[in-house]
Amino acid sequence: MKHEIGFTLNGVQRRATVDARMSALEMLRDVIGLTGTKYGCGEGECGACTIIVDGASVNSCLLFALDCDGREVTTVEGLAGDARAQALHKAFVARGAVQCGFCTPGMMIQATHLLATHPHPDADAAKRAIEGNLCRCTGYQKIVEAIVEAGETLQSGDAT
Amino acid sequence: MNETLTRPAAMGSLIGKRIPKMDAPEKASGKTRYVHDIDLPGQLHAAILRSARVHALIKRIDATAARALPGVHCVLTAADVPDQRPIGVAKDHLPLKRDRVRSERDEIAAVAADSEAIALAALKLIEVEYEDLPVVADAEAALAPGAPLVHPPIAGAAAGASVGLAGKADNIAMRFDYSHGDVIQGEAESDVVVEDVFELHYVTHCCLGVSGVIAEFDAKGNLLLYSNTQVPFLHKREFAEILGMDPARIRIIQPPIGGGFGSKLDIYPFEVICVFLARATGRPVKLVYSREEEFLASPTRQPVRLTLRSGCKRDGTLTFRRVHTLHDNGAYTSWGATTPFVMMQTFSSLYRVPACDYHTVAVYSNNPYAGSFRGYGNLQATFAVEAHMDKMAEMLGIDPLEFRLKNAQVAGEVTGQGMVFRSCGFQDCLRTAAERSDFQRKHREYAAQRKAPGALKRGVGIASMLHVGGGAKIYPSDGCGTILKLDDFGHVTLITGASEIGQGSETVLSQLVCEELGLPMSAVTVVNNDTDITPWDVGVHASRTTFIAGNSAIGAARKAKTKILGAAAQKFDCTADLLDLRGGRIVRAATGESLTDLARFLRGLHFSDRAELVMTSFYYEPPSVHQDKSFKGDVSAAYAWASQVVEVEVDTDTGAVRVIRVTAAHDVGRVLNRLGIEGQIEGGIVMGQGYALTEHLMVEGGRIRNPNFRDYKLITAPEIPEMDIAFIESMDGEGPQGAKGVGEAPAICMAAATAGAIYNATGVRITGLPFTPERVYRALHGELPPLRPTPRIPG
Repeated sequence: MKHEIGFTLNGVQRRATVDARMSALEMLRDVIGLTGTKYGCGEGECGACTIIVDGASVNSCLLFALDCDGREVTTVEGLAGDARAQALHKAFVARGAVQCGFCTPGMMIQATHLLATHPHPDADAAKRAIEGNLCRCTGYQKIVEAIVEAGETLQSGDAT
Repeated sequence: MNETLTRPAAMGSLIGKRIPKMDAPEKASGKTRYVHDIDLPGQLHAAILRSARVHALIKRIDATAARALPGVHCVLTAADVPDQRPIGVAKDHLPLKRDRVRSERDEIAAVAADSEAIALAALKLIEVEYEDLPVVADAEAALAPGAPLVHPPIAGAAAGASVGLAGKADNIAMRFDYSHGDVIQGEAESDVVVEDVFELHYVTHCCLGVSGVIAEFDAKGNLLLYSNTQVPFLHKREFAEILGMDPARIRIIQPPIGGGFGSKLDIYPFEVICVFLARATGRPVKLVYSREEEFLASPTRQPVRLTLRSGCKRDGTLTFRRVHTLHDNGAYTSWGATTPFVMMQTFSSLYRVPACDYHTVAVYSNNPYAGSFRGYGNLQATFAVEAHMDKMAEMLGIDPLEFRLKNAQVAGEVTGQGMVFRSCGFQDCLRTAAERSDFQRKHREYAAQRKAPGALKRGVGIASMLHVGGGAKIYPSDGCGTILKLDDFGHVTLITGASEIGQGSETVLSQLVCEELGLPMSAVTVVNNDTDITPWDVGVHASRTTFIAGNSAIGAARKAKTKILGAAAQKFDCTADLLDLRGGRIVRAATGESLTDLARFLRGLHFSDRAELVMTSFYYEPPSVHQDKSFKGDVSAAYAWASQVVEVEVDTDTGAVRVIRVTAAHDVGRVLNRLGIEGQIEGGIVMGQGYALTEHLMVEGGRIRNPNFRDYKLITAPEIPEMDIAFIESMDGEGPQGAKGVGEAPAICMAAATAGAIYNATGVRITGLPFTPERVYRALHGELPPLRPTPRIPG
């Protein structure tokens, strides 16, 4: 059963025809062709598919595509113009928070969401924010450092 | 040209700096295209029907309904591929199973369809009739007289045919027997002798990116694979053998991969099946696992039962070690079955021990087959060895650090196994890790506080490791090739055989080239993912890439430098040794005076009468040796060392163990990229923490009970310990800029050190993994069932 939905994706209004059973993750990857959002488990356990929907970070594999209708959706591809995400991108690169990179888009989204709600997280807050995002390479330490550093950068106004 | 007076050290050395990974900006933007993200025009999607039974005869397969489903292009069973050949190190594994299934993951049929959904729907239409066979669910049971055979002999097989085609009269997959010195005499001289059984469990890689492959044949019959392999050149050769193709007609492109950790050393049935489907349909075919399939059908770490007997004299001198181990090989044999190569090194050579006997038998069972996994047997071996180091020290009343220092290897040692320790920072690792963690004081005090009131107990444990750090000559060659091209603009293209699997090899190789050529990192592009372009390399394993590919890259860069400075010497009327390359310029070595811009000089060479481009190649083969049949020989050009101290808090009311702090001291030869090496060590520590505390692939009756991240528990961010990492720079003489390999090392000590810390906290030594709350709680209450002794299997 196909349905047409309309929503804002990374700041641009668009429409998509989706199957009723389709997840938002499948829609993003297979219908729209944005592959930055990753499939890691398909059941909300790994966080690789994290996106922001109406200001909340969610696992897109657990969200029906239909439920994107009328909402504002941000994926990793939509972070380019976001000052917080730019600070995070810089810190992720400089701090060595990326190895194989497969969890990184989900981490970037989750961290952007954190900084939007808690602008200056300490290490514990950063760890809690990404506890639903699995990483097998880094041991998380450098991801946490990068998130804290990005918060500090934004606080000091260096990001602009 | 006002920069004429550029200081000689204008750019400074890149060695030891914090160099961001070259691929990090792409990855952090979500722009990197992994195999899952690639779609080829005309591509079909594949799915595999796996066995519904653990051990059974296949009586009938009916794919009629699946073939009739609209959108299905092809359904293959073994009957459709009569010429298929067995894969794997023992050639015991047909990709599509013929008359029987031997494990839950066995492949029975495969579909290529217009979409993944159609392919999955088609699988449900395939009817399979089975006749159950008794399940061999345990390695010891596989050895019992009259045990069902996993690969029973096949009547009429050609003489000398492999196990996959001819079967085998017993369940023994592989044996490894090693010895040096006289263990009988060693035991007779011992004042203390200890013996324990250790049992190491199943864990799996859990790469965040699931397995996947795309196969495509061109009109001339050439095969192109988009593959996650860690060993493209070995893969190419094995694929050719399996498919009966000319290897020259197989090209492997490696997109960036979502984690490797050893899981991509083997060829797996799904890859071969995807090629079969591409051949049958004439279309590109893509096959990507689901996470559940990844848990069910990708490799595991070797589950091991191990009995260790060790002895020492009253003064703490080690006298002997006797080891016999039983490995559950699973139904088929992966490269990972050769982990005893590494395990025996730890038993024979981590500490100085005059006599060592080591025997491993790997047996077939109907369990999932184990593969290679970061550390390659060394986590298991180190777990046992270090438990005995603690135990003997305590029995002798010697401080555990002093006991280790007394027996620790030093530079210049030639071990009983023939390993030569040219650079060896082991004692420095021990002292550094102990000092920075205040190990000795804490160890004494925590032991004294065991009986104090309160449920929370603290403990510290120490463990060390030896691992190959200069490649490993497992194959007759352990080399790597490099091609270097400098263009008219001073830009370098570094074409290396070494694969990037997220560990940062392209960055460190670029760094080494830039160091030689006096260029900034921005001057390099790396090509490392296409067998039609890149020169040969054994692959990413054995922590070898920085060392082997690094020396290869340096060799090519030095040749380029020699060529450039030779030409410059003519132009500037001096000898080449008076010149140098710095900051993108040709300078006088003594003063740093800039003579010309490198790019301009390269253009000059190109457009001059000499009409010359600067392109070089270099092949590095390490001065190590292929071990002899008794496993003796100096298998690596350098050896890496590490000591890690783990501090835990044990909640004796619940059995929960929290790792508070890890102090790691690693002899890495020399730090090349500080950012990258810290990342390797932190990641390895946390992977080792998961092995020790939370991860457990539960296999019961041949079935995996927890094929998902909800029930297979990886360490999450809030659980990571405080990590203090120290580097011991032993400056290895053969290493690139003095460096040695590090990739596997950090994961190896964690379980061993955690076991020691739990004992220090509670007085209870647990010799089986994992240390989950339930198991620890039971152990504290004396309710953990005793481990069964490891059976001895006469040769």
